Amino acid sequence: MNHNPLKDAFDKHKRFKNKINLERKKPLQSDNAPDVPKGLYEKCKSCQKTFVAKDIADNYFVCPSCDNHFRLRAIDRINITVDSHSFLEKGHGFITLDPLFIDGYEQKVLDYKKQTSLDEAYVYGYAQIKGLPFVIGVMDSHFMMGSMGSVVGEKVTKSIEYALVKRLPLILFSASGGARMQEGIYSLMQMAKTSGALKKLHDQGLLFVSVLTHPTTGGVTASFASLGDIILAEPKALIGFAGPRVIKQTIKQDLPDDFQKAEFLQDKGMVDKVVHRSDLRATLYNILKLHTRSA
Amino acid sequence: MDILKKEKKLLKLENELKSLDDEKKIESINQKIEDYKYGMMQDLSAWDRVLLARHPKRPTAKAIINHLIDDFIELHGDRNFADDKAIYGGIGFYKDLPVTIIAQQKGKNTEENITHNFGMPHPEGYRKALRLMKQAEKFNRPIITLIDTPGAFPGIGAEARGQGEAIARNLFEMSALEVPIISIVIGEGGSGGALAIGVANEVYMLENSIYSILSPEGYASILWKDAKKAQKAAEVMKLTSYDLEELGVIDGIIKEPIGGAHHYQEKAFEAIDKTLKEALTHYQDFSGYEIKTARYTKFRKMGFFQRFNYDNLKGV
Repeated sequence: MNHNPLKDAFDKHKRFKNKINLERKKPLQSDNAPDVPKGLYEKCKSCQKTFVAKDIADNYFVCPSCDNHFRLRAIDRINITVDSHSFLEKGHGFITLDPLFIDGYEQKVLDYKKQTSLDEAYVYGYAQIKGLPFVIGVMDSHFMMGSMGSVVGEKVTKSIEYALVKRLPLILFSASGGARMQEGIYSLMQMAKTSGALKKLHDQGLLFVSVLTHPTTGGVTASFASLGDIILAEPKALIGFAGPRVIKQTIKQDLPDDFQKAEFLQDKGMVDKVVHRSDLRATLYNILKLHTRSA
Repeated sequence: MDILKKEKKLLKLENELKSLDDEKKIESINQKIEDYKYGMMQDLSAWDRVLLARHPKRPTAKAIINHLIDDFIELHGDRNFADDKAIYGGIGFYKDLPVTIIAQQKGKNTEENITHNFGMPHPEGYRKALRLMKQAEKFNRPIITLIDTPGAFPGIGAEARGQGEAIARNLFEMSALEVPIISIVIGEGGSGGALAIGVANEVYMLENSIYSILSPEGYASILWKDAKKAQKAAEVMKLTSYDLEELGVIDGIIKEPIGGAHHYQEKAFEAIDKTLKEALTHYQDFSGYEIKTARYTKFRKMGFFQRFNYDNLKGV
């Protein structure tokens, strides 16, 4: 009777909670393995060793044995980077649409929303490191490989504009497979949109720090991620424009071992500094401090 | 039957014409050819347009520049690493107006294509383009870019020299140039490699050109893990000029003569000429600030999404 299309749409698209959940989800008890609650242990994909999840979390989500940097969820990234309780999320309520009518795309987005409790692959807001304010933007590669469609492009642009209006530095963590294929040409146009907004930020003399994490490729590398005043990268992160598979197919040669790794790019002069995750917060604090004009 | 097969049939008719000397017959076959050409270009599928956009006889950037620009001087190199021959640029007169032209150049045959790397630029190509654009801004010259590339080149050297950074830098700087930029997609507009010289006040497409996020082959292999579904991909990608005009991504279509630009090059040049003249006249009284703001605003609006207004939910 009281059918309200707006409310229907809202129920369909809203995430579990309006705000990002800063607490890590408690491990669920699984039925068939009573001794090992799911989520209690995590396996390192690089060295195949298993660790207690909490130890990994305490170690900045870095493997204690082989130093492999785990892919982070946006919430974890924010938790390990900013002062506790300083994060204030901005830019709610964006809804991803399906401009090309690709089979199953809408459902896929809804599934990812449920899985990750995120609106989209990008989260941004106000935050502080040791009291220094800045705008933080984090891409989450667990949401459809962090790919950039219209909503991600718009939110990135909004975060730049937020920094512009508040005259705050912007720190952006990228982790993305590139432009989102399902949204076709609109995804491509997000590259121009975000880069143009960064030019405005640049002209206002504001700081933009780009942190490249595993993986940063395609349309994200070819737009905002490469435009930092300072570009940091996490060790061994895959960073590049074309994917290694495509390059291999095109040139029909084997690729060097460290090709497109963060260290390779630092060597070639494309990245300012490769920073271990455990030092990242301190490094970012230093950078912010260096760009604060003291009275 | 796709467009290339139809073209073969057309060629057969034309060959038939050569061996005849009876005037009446010639006339009737001529009529037949005209009718066939007309019919051929009706109801083109998206895949047909992909084939036409890649047609080896399609006029390349050099041909268009030769025809439209007087006293053209090619300018080489990025002043840093090398001269990329996939990007062809320089200065010249368009009618009486000094302009800077930057284009992606494909070859007509294998040898030429190797020279121009199949129109796939390296980072130094994009940096050359940026250098020429900055130069144009300094001397207050409008910029014309002709887009025709399958995409930026994926290779070891390209990655090591920062392909991503080079493209990003162009998008960044082009958004704020204070001279008008007019872009025309003349063949393939592939991905970021095309956009890197395509952040323009006015973006036009030749009727049978394509502009997309990735080649249909790449798209099919990513979405359906099968590059052979390229034809299907072309149909869903919305990459033709008509689709893109509908989506609001381009500003206009330059109609090609019946039979396609490769059959009647002169007519295609005329159509390009007309559009360019209109576009450049439109911007001649704009100030630098107005030009860059108009361009920025246009790209700022790009995207397709919704946003909830939470206020609307009160009382629901």
